[in-house]
Amino acid sequence: MHRKLDYPKMLIHLFFIAVTLGMLIPFVLVIMISMTDEASIAKYGYRLWPDSFDFTAYRYVVQSPALLFRAYGVTILVTVVGTLLSLLTTAMIAYVLSRRDYAYNRQTTFLIFFTLLFSGGLVPYYMLMAQTLHLKDTVWAMILLPTLVHPLHVLILRTFLRTLPMEIIESAKMDGAREYRIFFNLIVPLSAPALVTLTLLVSIVYWNEWLNAVLFIENDRLFPLQLLLVRMMANSHFLQTSTVFISGISFDNAASFPVLSARMTIALLAGGPMMVIFPFFQKYFVKGLTLGSIKS
Amino acid sequence: METTYWQRLTKDINKHKGLMALAFPGLLFVLVFYYLPIFGLVLAFKNYNYSDGILGSPWSGFDNFKFFFTSDAAYQVTRNTILLNLCFIVLSTILSVVFAILMFELGRKSVKVYQTAMFFPYFLSWVVVSYVTYALLNPEMGVINMLLESFGMDEINFYFEPKYWPFILSFAYLWKSIGYALLIYYTGLMGIDRTYYEAAAIDGATRLQQVRKITLPLLTPLITLLTLLAIGKIFYSDFGLFYFIPANSGALYGTTEVIDTYVFRALRVSGDIGMASAVGLYQSLVGFVLVLTVNAIVRRINKDNAIF
Repeated sequence: MHRKLDYPKMLIHLFFIAVTLGMLIPFVLVIMISMTDEASIAKYGYRLWPDSFDFTAYRYVVQSPALLFRAYGVTILVTVVGTLLSLLTTAMIAYVLSRRDYAYNRQTTFLIFFTLLFSGGLVPYYMLMAQTLHLKDTVWAMILLPTLVHPLHVLILRTFLRTLPMEIIESAKMDGAREYRIFFNLIVPLSAPALVTLTLLVSIVYWNEWLNAVLFIENDRLFPLQLLLVRMMANSHFLQTSTVFISGISFDNAASFPVLSARMTIALLAGGPMMVIFPFFQKYFVKGLTLGSIKS
Repeated sequence: METTYWQRLTKDINKHKGLMALAFPGLLFVLVFYYLPIFGLVLAFKNYNYSDGILGSPWSGFDNFKFFFTSDAAYQVTRNTILLNLCFIVLSTILSVVFAILMFELGRKSVKVYQTAMFFPYFLSWVVVSYVTYALLNPEMGVINMLLESFGMDEINFYFEPKYWPFILSFAYLWKSIGYALLIYYTGLMGIDRTYYEAAAIDGATRLQQVRKITLPLLTPLITLLTLLAIGKIFYSDFGLFYFIPANSGALYGTTEVIDTYVFRALRVSGDIGMASAVGLYQSLVGFVLVLTVNAIVRRINKDNAIF
């Protein structure tokens, strides 16, 4: 028997192919600009398909990688330390709140979740970080984000932990295990699926963080990737005036520096890894959605 | 009476000191980074100067509020914040529901490909996205102006024309977030019992009838819940979108300045700490009332969906 052609279905496919292409074209554009000859941009503007490919911008960046390497280093450091600290503190307090027998459960829960309703906002937070804790121009300014212990993350994890059977905790206690041993040896391994999802959520926040960097970081040795991009966007000559960058390339080359394509090249090299890594983690995101939707 | 209270307290502490120790770091963090700033809001009633500090600076009563609410800025940033966010909520809900329903008609494999592609921009920061919009909108070299020129039309200097920005911002917002919103609704659709559709098909219902009589009614609680939650947060904006995509162009403030960017600029550019905290307090208070109202509404519709 012949299968009838399903026209509505084909139309839907066509529609989504168009939408998908429309969403991906901007990426292709940035990639293409980074590979376009400077004279060609000046003449024809940014184009989706350059008439001549040219890798001068990449050569400059490779020749003087210090600026990009340093920014990568700062971003990776902040992301790793921030995510680890966040997971540890969030998991510990979420575990305590998941224990219905904890004497101060109600009070602690209220204290955490009230922060979802009312907050001091940007200015008092800025004053706390800059004036009270003196964290300007330190990596801690980029690590101690409010996200480190986010009430929603605590809620998601607490909900998950409540699904674990209470008996295993009881029996561990019978065997004389202390609370911290129960947490690290029993609870952490059992909550691995939820922790992986949380790792993803938190690490993306740290990787993409720019607000605290803009607010507190002046020293260009501490620039994370996002701040490098912010400064490059605000000042098109940022690269040529950066001593870290310019010291790597010889002087006569500096005059023919590809201002227009180099910015896109750096944007691509800074944002690129996220785009390559993320499809592997998509399924955990879907899991995170379902985790969050189970309400106690 | 008192002795029994203290006895109970010491008993509790003895029994739960292990758990208390585990909760301590998180609790300390919340107290320092969430609660201390709330007390910092006294700044809104002070004429702050650096040498006297937060506590020592002289009180100024409601001067900071008066300054803000008698300026044109108060109306402008409140209007922009509410209208733009409302626009985002409506467009994003309609588009993601339609997309999710359409996707539901397709096979699992192709859905995954489309979803991955549409989820892509969600992982980029607004800083990176601003490079993309710059490449599109730049007056001399941008792709859109190149296209306009090739059709013989005048080029548009987007960064000086406020009237285009509600559209540009909506477009950028949808581009970045539609993949995520779509995923939520698609997950919601997956939860619908397939037997409804089978029964409807046996009774001869067309696909369109099935969508109208089964899918939409069953999806309505989720749509209502997510929309109400979004309205509860309408006084807060996606800061990066409003800060980076208009590239800090002063000519665009009329349609792009929202409360968050206004507070940021008051803090960092004009350095008016007192006024910036006053506007922040205004935002927090209205936000608080909105969340409470929305929660009360959600509670009336369905008690299980209420946030608290």
